[in-house]
Amino acid sequence: MAVTVKIPTQLRAATGGASTASVDGTTVGEVLDALYAEFGELRERIADDGGLRRFVNVYIGGEDIRFLDGLETSVSDGDEVTILPAVAGG
Amino acid sequence: MPPESLTCKECKAVYPLEAKYVCERCFGPLEVAYAPAGEIDTEELRRRIQAGPHSLWRYRDFLPLTQAPPRDTLPAGWTPLLRADRLAEKLGLGEVWIKNDAANPTHSFKDRVVAVALARAKELGYQTIACASTGNLANAVAAHAAAAGLDSYVLIPSNLEEQKILATGVYGTHLVAVRGNYDDVNRLCTEIAGEHEWAFVNINMRPYYSEGSKTIAYEIAEQLGWAIPDRIVAPIASGSLFTKVAKGFEEWIELGLVNGTVPVMNGAQALGCSPVATAFAEGTDICRPVKPDTIAKSLAIGNPADGPYAVELARRTGGSVDSVTDDEIRAGIKLLAETTGIFTETAGGVTTAVLKKLAERGDIDPSERVVAVITGEGLKTLDTVRGTFETYEIDATYDAFEAKVPGAVAA
Repeated sequence: MAVTVKIPTQLRAATGGASTASVDGTTVGEVLDALYAEFGELRERIADDGGLRRFVNVYIGGEDIRFLDGLETSVSDGDEVTILPAVAGG
Repeated sequence: MPPESLTCKECKAVYPLEAKYVCERCFGPLEVAYAPAGEIDTEELRRRIQAGPHSLWRYRDFLPLTQAPPRDTLPAGWTPLLRADRLAEKLGLGEVWIKNDAANPTHSFKDRVVAVALARAKELGYQTIACASTGNLANAVAAHAAAAGLDSYVLIPSNLEEQKILATGVYGTHLVAVRGNYDDVNRLCTEIAGEHEWAFVNINMRPYYSEGSKTIAYEIAEQLGWAIPDRIVAPIASGSLFTKVAKGFEEWIELGLVNGTVPVMNGAQALGCSPVATAFAEGTDICRPVKPDTIAKSLAIGNPADGPYAVELARRTGGSVDSVTDDEIRAGIKLLAETTGIFTETAGGVTTAVLKKLAERGDIDPSERVVAVITGEGLKTLDTVRGTFETYEIDATYDAFEAKVPGAVAA
C-alpha cells in the first residue's frame, strides 16, 4: 500500500532534497523500514534500537503515533505520515 | 562570555549561531554555548550589572546576542521579588518570596524570551517573527513585533481564553486560530517553520528564546543580595523555563558571582496535563504525551519538548514534579491573592497550589528560603475566579448596607 511520507527540512540532505517520499507498508514501522531502504542515511538519524530516537515525532494524518499503536499502527493506502522534530514549542 | 556556537544537548555536535534548533545528526535540541569566561573580576561584573538598565538587558553579557540589544524593545524583566510573609505563615513556612513576572510589559514571563529571540532575529536579518502559543506568548510576540516594527504571525488553539485572544489581536498581528489543541498548533508551526523564512521564536529561534528565561534566576539572585535561594517552585509546560532558571543559577555559581548550590527545583503541573509529573512519579524520563484537559491553558502542552531534562533536573536537585487539580488551582489563585495582593492566572495558581502541597507534605524545612515563580497575570484568565466569592448587591441606602453586608453595623 502506497503511503506518502513527509520529510522535515532537517532530513532532506539524506533524501537528496526530496520533501516527500512514496513507500509501501502496512504499519508505520514497515513504512519507516521501506524509507530507510530507499534512503539509508535516515536510519542512523532518526532510528534507535528498534524504535525512534526520543526527539523524533511521527504523525499519521496529524495524530501522534504514540496516541495510536506506535510503530505497530496500521496504515492505509493514501495515508500521510509526517516526521517532525520534537524539540519545538513552549 | 560571547556566544560561540549552537551545541547539541545530546550528541554535542556543533553548529554556527543561526536560526537552527535541531541537530541534523541525532535530532536532539540545540543550545547556545558561550566562550569560556577566563579570569573574572566578580566585583566589577556585579557593578556593571547594577549600572545596567532596569530590564533584562542588564544581563546582556549572559545572553546570546552578538551586538548591543535593539533600542526599540519593550522593557522586559526586572520584575519585583516580594517577600510573602502572610503566605509563608499560612503554609507554616519560614521564608517565602514571590517572583512576580506578571509585572512584565504584556504581563507574563514570555516578554523575556521574546525580547531575546526578537533581538537575535533582527541580528540575523529576519523581517517576520512568529510563534505557536498557548496565549501568553501570543501577547508577547504581537506586542514586541509592533514595538520593533516587524511583521508577525501568531498561531493559537481556537479555544483560548478570550482575554488572551483580544490582547493579541490589538497589536495588529496576523492572528491564526487553529482548530485543535496546542500540540496540534505546534506540529503545524513546525511544518510551517520548515517552509518559510520566518523567525519562529519558539521553534527555529528556540535556542536563543529559551535563554531569556535564565534572567529570572539572575534577577532573583541579584534581588536577594547576590544570593541563591534554597528552593524554587516553578511551573512546567514545555519544561524550558524550569530548566533555564536552574541554568541561570549554575552559570553564576560557576562564574563566582554567587556562592552556593543550585536550588532544589520543584516543578508544578496541572493534573489535567501532567506528562512530566507522571514521568517523575514513575521514575522514568520518558514523558508520554497526553491530551490536555485543564483550566491551566497556558500550561497545556501535552508533548513537552524539555520534559526529559525537567525530570532529570528535579531528581538531581532533590526536588520533584507535582500536579494539582483544577479546584486546587482555583484555590491557589485565591490563596496567593488573599495573602499577597497578587492576582495571578491559572499557571500561578498551579505554582501556588504545588507550593502548598509541598508544605503540607513536609518537604520544605522551615529554615528554607523559598521562591515561587509567578509567571502570569490573573486578568487574562478571569473566568476561573468567577463565582469563587460573594458580592453584596444592595439599594443605595444606609439601612440596606447595614442589613446586608457583614461587619457593616457601626459600633
